Amino acid sequence: MNFPVLSAITFTPMVAALIILMMPSHRRNETRAVALASATFALLLSLWVYFSYDQSLGGYQFVEKYNWLPALGISLHFGVDGMSAPLVLLTGVVMFTGVLISWGDEDPHVKAGIQDRPREFFAFLFLLAGGVFGVFVSLDLFMLFFFYEIAVFPMYLLIAIWGWVVTREYAAMKLTLYLFVGSVVSLVGVLVMYWTQYKNTGILSFDMLVMENAGFSQALQIAWFLPVFLGFAVLGGIWPFHNWSPDGHVAAPTAVSMFHAGVLMKLGAFAALRVGIMLLPEGAKYWSWLIMTFAGIAVVYGAYIAFVQTDMKYMIGFSSVSHMGLVMLGLSTLNRDGLTGAGVQMFSHGVMTALFFAVTGMIYDRAHTRMIPELGGMMKIMPFAGVGFIIGGLVSMGMPGFSGFVAEFPIFMGVWQKQWLVAVIASISIVITAAYIMTNIRKVFFAELPEKLHGHVGDITVLDKIAIVTLCILMVGLGLFPGLMVPMVQTGVENILRLLGGA
Amino acid sequence: MDFISTHLLSTILFFPALAALVMLFLPKDEAKLHKWFALAASLVPFVLSLVLWFNFDPSQPGYQFEEMYTWYAAIGSSLHLGVDGLSLSMVLLTTLLTPIAILASFSINDRTKAYMMLFLFLETGMLGVFMALDLLIFFVFWEVGLVPMYFLINQWGSANRNYASLKFMIYTMGGSLGLLLAVQLLGVLFKTYDLQTITEQWSAYTAPIGGIPASTFKTVAFWAFVIAFAVKVPLWPFHTWLPDAHTEAPTAGSMILAGVLLKLGAYGFLRLVLPLYPAEAKYFAGALAFLAVAAIVFGAFGSYAQTDFKRLVAYSSVNHMGFVVLGIAAAAYAAGTADARIALNGAILQMFNHGLSAAGMFFLVGVIYERTHTRNLEEFGGLFPLVPVYGGILIFTSMASLGLPGLNGFISEFLVVRGSFGVGVNSVPVMAVYTAVAMLGLLFTGAYILKGIKKVLHGPMNEHWAHGEHKLTEINTREIIVMVPLMVLILWIGLYPSWILDVINKAVVMLF
Repeated sequence: MNFPVLSAITFTPMVAALIILMMPSHRRNETRAVALASATFALLLSLWVYFSYDQSLGGYQFVEKYNWLPALGISLHFGVDGMSAPLVLLTGVVMFTGVLISWGDEDPHVKAGIQDRPREFFAFLFLLAGGVFGVFVSLDLFMLFFFYEIAVFPMYLLIAIWGWVVTREYAAMKLTLYLFVGSVVSLVGVLVMYWTQYKNTGILSFDMLVMENAGFSQALQIAWFLPVFLGFAVLGGIWPFHNWSPDGHVAAPTAVSMFHAGVLMKLGAFAALRVGIMLLPEGAKYWSWLIMTFAGIAVVYGAYIAFVQTDMKYMIGFSSVSHMGLVMLGLSTLNRDGLTGAGVQMFSHGVMTALFFAVTGMIYDRAHTRMIPELGGMMKIMPFAGVGFIIGGLVSMGMPGFSGFVAEFPIFMGVWQKQWLVAVIASISIVITAAYIMTNIRKVFFAELPEKLHGHVGDITVLDKIAIVTLCILMVGLGLFPGLMVPMVQTGVENILRLLGGA
Repeated sequence: MDFISTHLLSTILFFPALAALVMLFLPKDEAKLHKWFALAASLVPFVLSLVLWFNFDPSQPGYQFEEMYTWYAAIGSSLHLGVDGLSLSMVLLTTLLTPIAILASFSINDRTKAYMMLFLFLETGMLGVFMALDLLIFFVFWEVGLVPMYFLINQWGSANRNYASLKFMIYTMGGSLGLLLAVQLLGVLFKTYDLQTITEQWSAYTAPIGGIPASTFKTVAFWAFVIAFAVKVPLWPFHTWLPDAHTEAPTAGSMILAGVLLKLGAYGFLRLVLPLYPAEAKYFAGALAFLAVAAIVFGAFGSYAQTDFKRLVAYSSVNHMGFVVLGIAAAAYAAGTADARIALNGAILQMFNHGLSAAGMFFLVGVIYERTHTRNLEEFGGLFPLVPVYGGILIFTSMASLGLPGLNGFISEFLVVRGSFGVGVNSVPVMAVYTAVAMLGLLFTGAYILKGIKKVLHGPMNEHWAHGEHKLTEINTREIIVMVPLMVLILWIGLYPSWILDVINKAVVMLF
């Protein structure tokens, strides 16, 4: 099998973005159709990668390598392992469902989805998606960085142009500044690693598989782990650098919120893992207590702040901080259970928040408010969205039988092995989460429909329903049959443990 | 047929959930179809569990009909099912009460499809707890059962349902938090969740954990388990969710809540706490017995003070479930003695009996509520001549709850009291005192039950219900059909308990 499937996945959205840009701007539905077709294609490719990844072999598969700038040791080196394959699938799913729910309804009374310049919107969204795919499959540090910035930059435009009028400029600027500062800090660390490797071994290479053997001294690892890890982890929404994220979520248009919370935050966690933990394992061991502390605070604090929100999007935004805190908590354990859980949680949380934001967007588009006290009775109007939101809520609460439980349970087991006190404290978040999710569901979906909303709020479209079903199937399927994903993540974890010296 | 006989437990377990999924595709507005479909679907597990009952060999030690499938290999948990005499009687109770509760819900006409689906999912959740031989699977089903119950209360409940359902959810989830953590700890220590393996290794475990002596951890974990189950039972002072949830739930929801869900807690004590923590259970048995006696006494007083008929019955559950825990505490004190076995026999039989009588009582409250739209005892009175059949059934069921000899409640409460008094006389004197206080509580059981009957059936007739549009109608055939199996079992166990006690006793002798 020589088909360069990973390049195809990465460049499909980018090529699609170019094609879309070249289409005439008044052919709105044709633009959307092209977007949907290419998203479907990318989803199929990512499904193919996911299901043809050979778990018994493990390691990096579908590897491709092309020289890019040999003088500096930069190459286009792609490959997926058990850790990144689920994330590639996640990106495919979020891209597909994001396009579906952005299609919307042109009816001026409804005006759901993206009706303002859909052509440019999809072009930027796909540029972002291409960047995300690129990060997940890159085995070259330079390329990882390259795609990382490509993923972050369209975010600014997407939020500033199509975002929520009230805060979009503030949020877009805040987000971009936070993320660029974070990545600059990481970049410095990466360059230090690059030159140290050259000094140690005489090899000029950004290839991460080469860098694994660069023999960084313990002192260097300890000194540079924190900047590299935290610089990336800013995008993962780690406390106390999470502040940009709820603002960004709220201001972004629906599909971008889905991408943002669903995939982009994983980008941060994933890069922190790939570059921080895997290349600087000694530093990771040294600082794991600090990461664990930050993550533990994020888990409880995020849940608590989510509990007091009245804006649905802020609520979900802070719940993402809490759930990404669990990912970081899993990473900080540096043991088999914790890392496995973190890998699964990245997927589970991605699907879950994508669903949350999708449903919230559907409600906002029709009711023109996201304030929980002003909403009610949505279950009667859009039962499909209601059931979807409830299933997402159960995942969020870590209810057994859904993917959240499958992911959180090993994380907690990993934490137990490291520091039982953190497990006990972090578990409080489960009850807080249950409280705010249940209150929200009751208020928004079941309470009496407010007078103001009578008449002009209608049901969601068929495409919206397809998106919801797709996301729900993933959450329930993974919850009932953890074997669909966990063994694959474990093969990736084995590799990390090997780098950590078999901890 | 061959498949079913080799997969009997998993068929019983998953059939309701699969039926619920099939229901998803039924047309939305066919209320009648939903009801009959759900009833038929819930009768299948009942018939299969009768097959299970008759094919079960009580004199064989260990679990029977075991099945094992990989579920979550990464953390060493598998779908391991099996039953012994203890769980078998609970499985039978669950599969019996579910069709009865569904039949009792035939008067519901609001969103029947979702309602019936939730009921079927609930049945799977409850059965899973009773069948699980894997600690994590136990926990999974333990939590899963919460969700349908939450929505049943929240959507089909009465006026104060939002408060009651959230309280129910948060109380139970908060209570299980410690259980979750303790389960994780056990999983981390033993790399498996298999109940038999953990039971063998945990009671003998002595190495320190994280620098802290194992005994400290064991004590904390013991209380984590106890609190999770005590909330569910519910034991005083963790019971305050119960009157709210019971009162606000729809009739059939209360039937299942009282009939089966409370037993999950008691079952947890028997299946997990006693085998996993024999030493701690013995050490803290006095505290448990104290809480149980408090539940008996305060439950009875609380019940006596109610003016709401449903709340009265709800508090009676606290009172009756107190006897279950009293029996368990007595057994923990003197594990292995004859007295302990008698107490345990009583406790397990009391679980079954309370399931029958509480479900019946809640149904009867529902019957009169549907007709009068009030549960206020002050607004009834003298209804016996208007509804003689209903009155007769109510008195019969109340008497079972009161513990009248010849009906089932007497047998089990006698055994519990006999066992715990025996423990008191023979080994731990304080148990004798507790038993004596519990007997005082029993006196008030009589008082509140008679109060309930008097306020509803006797005294001067409230003319409001005698004439015109408010005229009280007699219990109808469907409602009688709901009550008949319960009443037959109540009488049967009261007159000839050994058919079920045999199974329970053999399990008790082998287990404890």
